[in-house]
Amino acid sequence: MNQAIRSSLLHGAVIVILAAMFFVLPEYHSGNLARILVLALFAMGYNVLFGYTGLLSLGHALFFASGMYGLGLSILFLQASPLLALVIGLISSVIVSAVIGFLALRTTGVAFMIVTLMFAQAGYLTVLFFGKYTRGDEGFVIQRAQRIFFGIDLSQPLPRYFAALALFAMGLCLIAWLVHSRVGKTLIAIRENEERARMIGYDVQFHKLLAVIISGTLSGAAGAAYALLFGYAGASFAAVQYSILPLLYVLLGGAGTTIGPLIGTVFMFYLIDISSEYTNAYLLIAGLVLILLTLFAPQGIAGLLRKKLSWLP
Amino acid sequence: MEFGPHLFIASLEGAITAAVLALTAVGLSIVFGIMRVVNVAHGEFFMLGAVLAWWITSLIAGHPALGFGVALVAAPIVVGAIAVLCNRLVLNKINYEPERTIVATIGLLYVIQQTTLMTFGPEARPVEAPFNKRIALPWFEFGESGFALTWPWGLSTTTYKLAVIVAAILILLILWLVLTRTKIGLIMRATQLDSEMAQAHGIAVNKVYAMVFGLGAALAALGAVLVVPIQQAHYLMGGDPLLLSFIVVIIGGLGSVLGTVVAAVLIGMSDGIISVFFTPTLAKILATLLVAFVLIFKPDGLFGRRRE
Amino acid sequence: MSNHKKIPNLNAPDISHSNDNTVEISRRTALKTIGASAGALAGMGAGAGALSGLIGSAHASDEPIRIGFQVHRTGIGAAYGRWYDRTTEAVVKKINSEGGINGRPIEIIAEDDGTDPKRGAEVVEKFATKHNCDVAFGTLFSHVVFGSAPRAGELAIPYFVVSEGHHVASGKLNRYTLQPGITDVKSQVEAMAPFINENLGKKVTMIFPDFAFGHDHRDYFTQAFEAVGGQVLEKIAIPPTETSFSKYFPKIPRETEVIYHVMVGPAVLTFVKELGEFFGPSRPEIFGFIDSLEAVDLASPGLEFLDGTYFWEGNPRYAQEGQSEFDKAYREAVGVDENGASISDAKDVSTYAHMFGCWETLHVVKAGMEASDYSGPADRQKLIEAVEAMTEMPHSLEHPQGAKLFNGKTHQVFGHQYISKMTDGKLVLAHTTSIEDTLYEDEVDYTSMSF
Repeated sequence: MNQAIRSSLLHGAVIVILAAMFFVLPEYHSGNLARILVLALFAMGYNVLFGYTGLLSLGHALFFASGMYGLGLSILFLQASPLLALVIGLISSVIVSAVIGFLALRTTGVAFMIVTLMFAQAGYLTVLFFGKYTRGDEGFVIQRAQRIFFGIDLSQPLPRYFAALALFAMGLCLIAWLVHSRVGKTLIAIRENEERARMIGYDVQFHKLLAVIISGTLSGAAGAAYALLFGYAGASFAAVQYSILPLLYVLLGGAGTTIGPLIGTVFMFYLIDISSEYTNAYLLIAGLVLILLTLFAPQGIAGLLRKKLSWLP
Repeated sequence: MEFGPHLFIASLEGAITAAVLALTAVGLSIVFGIMRVVNVAHGEFFMLGAVLAWWITSLIAGHPALGFGVALVAAPIVVGAIAVLCNRLVLNKINYEPERTIVATIGLLYVIQQTTLMTFGPEARPVEAPFNKRIALPWFEFGESGFALTWPWGLSTTTYKLAVIVAAILILLILWLVLTRTKIGLIMRATQLDSEMAQAHGIAVNKVYAMVFGLGAALAALGAVLVVPIQQAHYLMGGDPLLLSFIVVIIGGLGSVLGTVVAAVLIGMSDGIISVFFTPTLAKILATLLVAFVLIFKPDGLFGRRRE
Repeated sequence: MSNHKKIPNLNAPDISHSNDNTVEISRRTALKTIGASAGALAGMGAGAGALSGLIGSAHASDEPIRIGFQVHRTGIGAAYGRWYDRTTEAVVKKINSEGGINGRPIEIIAEDDGTDPKRGAEVVEKFATKHNCDVAFGTLFSHVVFGSAPRAGELAIPYFVVSEGHHVASGKLNRYTLQPGITDVKSQVEAMAPFINENLGKKVTMIFPDFAFGHDHRDYFTQAFEAVGGQVLEKIAIPPTETSFSKYFPKIPRETEVIYHVMVGPAVLTFVKELGEFFGPSRPEIFGFIDSLEAVDLASPGLEFLDGTYFWEGNPRYAQEGQSEFDKAYREAVGVDENGASISDAKDVSTYAHMFGCWETLHVVKAGMEASDYSGPADRQKLIEAVEAMTEMPHSLEHPQGAKLFNGKTHQVFGHQYISKMTDGKLVLAHTTSIEDTLYEDEVDYTSMSF
């Protein structure tokens, strides 16, 4: 079996299993999984830039928030339908990521980390500054009636779950396709050796910008989906910890793998969820687990799997 | 308040921010420059310094200066020792690989923060300054009667705040002497330039790394002990110093201690001065964007050398 | 909360208390507590409470009433969370020893929300779908309320918040979210305006965090203060990430007669200290919300400066002259001394102005469940309707902060507000507002919404 078919089969299987999960899992866990799928989409977006292109951003909360507020504010103030609002959310994250990409890509390495971090911090403060419209830290609720998508009430468990899954599946397919496309191969070439990629004749700067935009838009889609499916937008999602989270998810799951971000998100979510039931010190446990993982599973969980299954995409 | 005195007070506040920032960031700069790792837990070492200062001063009765003096010496040593231990148990084992180091130090951050919450508690706790006198400051103006000194309403600072600035300058001078005039400094610089070559010349690079990591953390703790009588010890206080020192180190130019200090002064002062002209939150936004644009136009920092 | 430096207590009892689940009311210990109180009940024999308890349990199931307690144990709200925890523990002990609710004991299922709206929503979801809680309760920080309330509404679980935000009464939430145990910021702020105008001055400068909470203060106070003929000269919004404040104080206009301050977070002490250093000996009148110094020892260095200034207090921290028997009993039950600190550690200062809300809210839940003959999640709507039907709540052991008036349409309770003057390092009650002072026009009618 060649690799492309194998990878399509794997991704198809992941989506089918996820779909079946809704009917198998108890309500609590299927609810969690809906959330995890949205966050995994965020992590997949992050992975495009970090895992495939080799650029470490510390500002992805800004992209997540631009999708979230693009959707949320247009529902709140323009009474936009969910579809229109989703489109506005996506457009705003395309614009924000294009502008940030254009500026930040003048830098590389740690300077890139700082510049993205600073833009995200400025974005967070901007949300507070316009508190009159955004209600700042407190945020705002998107009422159930405003979340009805062609007659489907997205606040209900089943539609919510499958809406999250649909978005996740689109993201996964896009990335699976991207990895094998010319653009994707160029991005990987840039990650491996930027100088060499340039010598071969690739337009490195353009491809990096493209990566930022794809990455930012997927993250923005996740932000918009979160607001739409869970009915809330607030400034805490623009704060720095939401820039760190996708990095953690990706590093834990396995950078530069298609399903690593999902694995990392599931792992991190349940690590906190389960340990917080037993102790207040769940962050202590999370911290220790992170340290142990870096000691014993440096390539992330998908990286470990890949050792056994070398064909894993 | 009049414009002149307002600008003056804001600059003074900026200078205090800059002094503490320089101390904290220099620690990160040394670690970053020599070991080439991003230590996300750096802010937590700062926090530990402040918390230990509270604990030590609460153990020692008598004049506040007594406890504070002990804290000034003991807290950095203890924090440095903790950092050396972290280095030994974790960073050394993962060979200082950049990405793994980030995750591992995020892990350390959680562990240190949570342990502090469980022992020290969630409250902000004050440490009494060894001395703290309000000084009203004079201002000059050219009125109808010519040059005159006035004492504008609100224009003031405290003796302790001024002492912090002096102390930071002294400590940085000593550090600079150590780095440039001693054998230890020479070894550190050699390791920074080329760790393999240093190893070949018989330098125990692992020991140097342990020392550097400990020194970096101790400097952060020292900054914290100095600042804790102005602010308070709190288990979440490490986030801000981490971000700011990270920024300062990059703006200054990787591995350049002088650049770090200059950048700290620049950022501290601009934070103060911009606040004069805009509403507070807008001032913060602008100060943040300023940092981004400095890097966009000078990606290697102000004093950075392009290195391959 | 040992602010004082003489106390060498990094391992003091209060600390193990706050973090050790076995002392807190986690699920496991709640069961133990309930077992113990059931034992006490059996031993009591007489007593109306005990009797009704025994009779109740004869026909109702012995299954406990499960209350999901969303608590800020980590994150920025942790200092509040720990006292919410203690108050809840005390009120559950009291209610259970009196026979529980409809003869069934209360079981608290507490989980940390990290003072984060996303985690808050997940925790509410967990209460509803995993732990099968009857109701959810306890949230303080308003962004967590906003993040969690939509899920509570969708999952149809009554959500009793103790947050003092204006969110519930503003109509932005839903029929399942109620605030019957603590007054909201709009009514608090509006009730302060006449007092400041008559006693302190007509020209005010406001300093507040650049948060929704701060904006509520800015907007509602300005409105109310101008209505009584005062003037707000300057509104200084401080970004929440700030740790030093002196550079903002020159923005205070010289002709300011009163500084109005409300700050939250760990930097509040710096704020007050630097304010003192700025003004030196010649300060204007100062009026603050105790939120600025909640859980902070007033004997901390630098706070001497506040002597002679005024504070809003949700509930007076220091036991006042002529203290009501209810406050006395409540204080004792929670373990707070006459200075508002923990009985076991005088430096561990409570969040006295807010935490009574937990005590009162659970009594409202109890009253609502009894009035609706609540027997399980199927009766949740009946429970909400029963609470909506409530109006007057007299000053009693159930409502130790004072009498209350509940507005079923807006799901918000109204009550007396207290203004204290700091005198020799203690807060002494100077004025109590009437409930009428705190009322404003309804902004929503939740009862007209469907479930």
